[in-house]
Amino acid sequence: MSILQEKAAPADRTAIRPGVRSRLTPVVIVYLALVTLLVVGSVLVGMRGEVLLDQAGILNILTRSTALGLVAIGQTMVILTGSLDLSVAYLIGLTSLLAAETMAGQDGMVVPGVLLALAVAAAVGLVNGLVITVLRANAFIATLGVALILRGYLENNYTGPAGDVPRSFQHLGYDRIGPLPVAALLMLAVAALAWWYLSRTRPGYHMYAVGGDIEVARLSGVPTRRVVVTAHVLCSVAAGLTGIYLASRLGSGAPYVGTDAGYDLESIAAVVLGGTLLAGGRGGVVGTIGGVLILATLDTIFDDLAVDPFFKDVVRGVVLVTAVALYARRMMADRNRGRLA
Amino acid sequence: MTWRPRLAEGTAPVLVVLLLLLVGLAIAGPAYDEPSGYLALLKRAAPLMILAIGQYFVIVSGGFDLSVGALVTAGVVIAARLIDGDEAATTWVILLVLGFGLLVGLVNGLITTKLLVPSFIVTLGMLLVLDGATFLWTDGAPRGALSAGFRTFGRGALDVPVLGEVPWSVLILSAILVAAALFMRSGTGRALVAVGDNEAAVRLSGGQVDRLRLLGFVLSGLLAAVASILLGGFAGVSAQVGNGLEFRAITAVVLGGVLLGGGRGSVVAAAAGALSLEALFTLLNLLGVSGALESAVQGLIIIAAVAYASLGGGLRHRLRSRPKQRNTAQPAPS
Repeated sequence: MSILQEKAAPADRTAIRPGVRSRLTPVVIVYLALVTLLVVGSVLVGMRGEVLLDQAGILNILTRSTALGLVAIGQTMVILTGSLDLSVAYLIGLTSLLAAETMAGQDGMVVPGVLLALAVAAAVGLVNGLVITVLRANAFIATLGVALILRGYLENNYTGPAGDVPRSFQHLGYDRIGPLPVAALLMLAVAALAWWYLSRTRPGYHMYAVGGDIEVARLSGVPTRRVVVTAHVLCSVAAGLTGIYLASRLGSGAPYVGTDAGYDLESIAAVVLGGTLLAGGRGGVVGTIGGVLILATLDTIFDDLAVDPFFKDVVRGVVLVTAVALYARRMMADRNRGRLA
Repeated sequence: MTWRPRLAEGTAPVLVVLLLLLVGLAIAGPAYDEPSGYLALLKRAAPLMILAIGQYFVIVSGGFDLSVGALVTAGVVIAARLIDGDEAATTWVILLVLGFGLLVGLVNGLITTKLLVPSFIVTLGMLLVLDGATFLWTDGAPRGALSAGFRTFGRGALDVPVLGEVPWSVLILSAILVAAALFMRSGTGRALVAVGDNEAAVRLSGGQVDRLRLLGFVLSGLLAAVASILLGGFAGVSAQVGNGLEFRAITAVVLGGVLLGGGRGSVVAAAAGALSLEALFTLLNLLGVSGALESAVQGLIIIAAVAYASLGGGLRHRLRSRPKQRNTAQPAPS
């Protein structure tokens, strides 16, 4: 292939390269890996005389994906913009509590509860964004600082689960259409919305531009501050949705529901696993959902195989680093090819 | 060139903060009327300061090390299981823990430099692997016990002629701090900072960029192992001993005025940042602020510190970062 390329006329080469690229994008790799994982997992689970992708298995994978998927969608936008959000885990705990406490078991309070949780989430996102853009604090430190403040608030005011979600609202967490949980479908709808926003609208393009090179974006007339703040608000709202969903699953709010699952680092891992560049500017929601599904499938397979839970962490770490190493190699190959041309 | 006090850029604010905190301690707590109180503070702060020194080497060369907290836990759990109360095993287990830290740093560094994976991801993966592997090996809960000899370093003291009883951890900390400060004045140390500032320039001028960054990770791993020995001695065996220490160490380094992304800051300031953090916790404790609010105060302070650093030195920073970005924006030589 390389010989062909080098001998071809420049015009031909430009015609070939997009084709090669579109075949091997990280997104394609992620979904190939997912399919491979499903096949291998099915065989392994099958050898124990069980079925991986039966009704319960699919339900398990999708339910696991829902919460992480929602956070990761928001995290994708922030990372694409060249930022990062470490405050989502505590924010999830906070919003689950706000939603559950406002509802207090009454059907009429469902809407106010949801709205309040989302409003607080948006406000936290606004603070994140403003600290980063106006106070010019590094995103890592800014969101870590906000995370610590949220943690202080939670530790000071709550000792355990609080609030009560009415039965009607629990339908969100448990209802199904056929084998598919409603919440998972809603998560996929949010993902579709995010995909549309990022790849079909001007503000979405601006996020890529800012993540690619903030200085160039600024000089090209992109309102970089507004873009960064928007990304953080959207990310926090996504975390708020996660908190609301988890409240509906648990029946109450729990301060550490986000941190126990490690949603801060886990969501970053899912995003990067999905082929989004940690430095920003490249990637997207489709890959992220693939990354989330891979993590959820791994968990489900290990559960079915009754593997030691600690082994999961080991595999997760190895998978993460291996995947990113693969993407890095491909990017280097691309760049070298570009340099030759 | 006129002589200026030998304080690296960004060191002064953290020293002022530290001084204020120490004065606050002296006013708030009767224990801080005499040197022994401060020595106790230093003893408590030693592990975090050592971690911050290690983290500094990675951050200043442009990376992150998120694996140190997990490494500290792993060090303590491994030591407890292997020693299992047997005094004779102390020496080789200590060497093994140090070697383990070195190895983890080496792996972090090699994957970062050779496989071109961002250090954030590499060390995040290492965090997961270490957490999982340690507990896989011990079946979920730490087992065994540390020997008295092992714990001496964390809680024992040595009779020094002039100073009286000085905790071992303070002596170890001083040695490491002096060595680190000297190292940062050497050619290799300066090159390490240069890598964080402008990697391309170092590469073009013939510097061994990969080797320098690798060195940063190895030092961080090694120092995390030292911190785990001190913490194991000080606090005993627990599976939570290292929880959150990576973020606390990064906070300390940033509080010391070191720029995330590398290229600016001094190692002494990073250690001073760690001491300030510990002094702050002690002060909050003395003032009766509930432990729950501690983290909120910590959060406010790091945001304020970073905002101060970037707004205060705003113009200088912009002048410094502009040419850097122009360099990287240039197309690759064809």
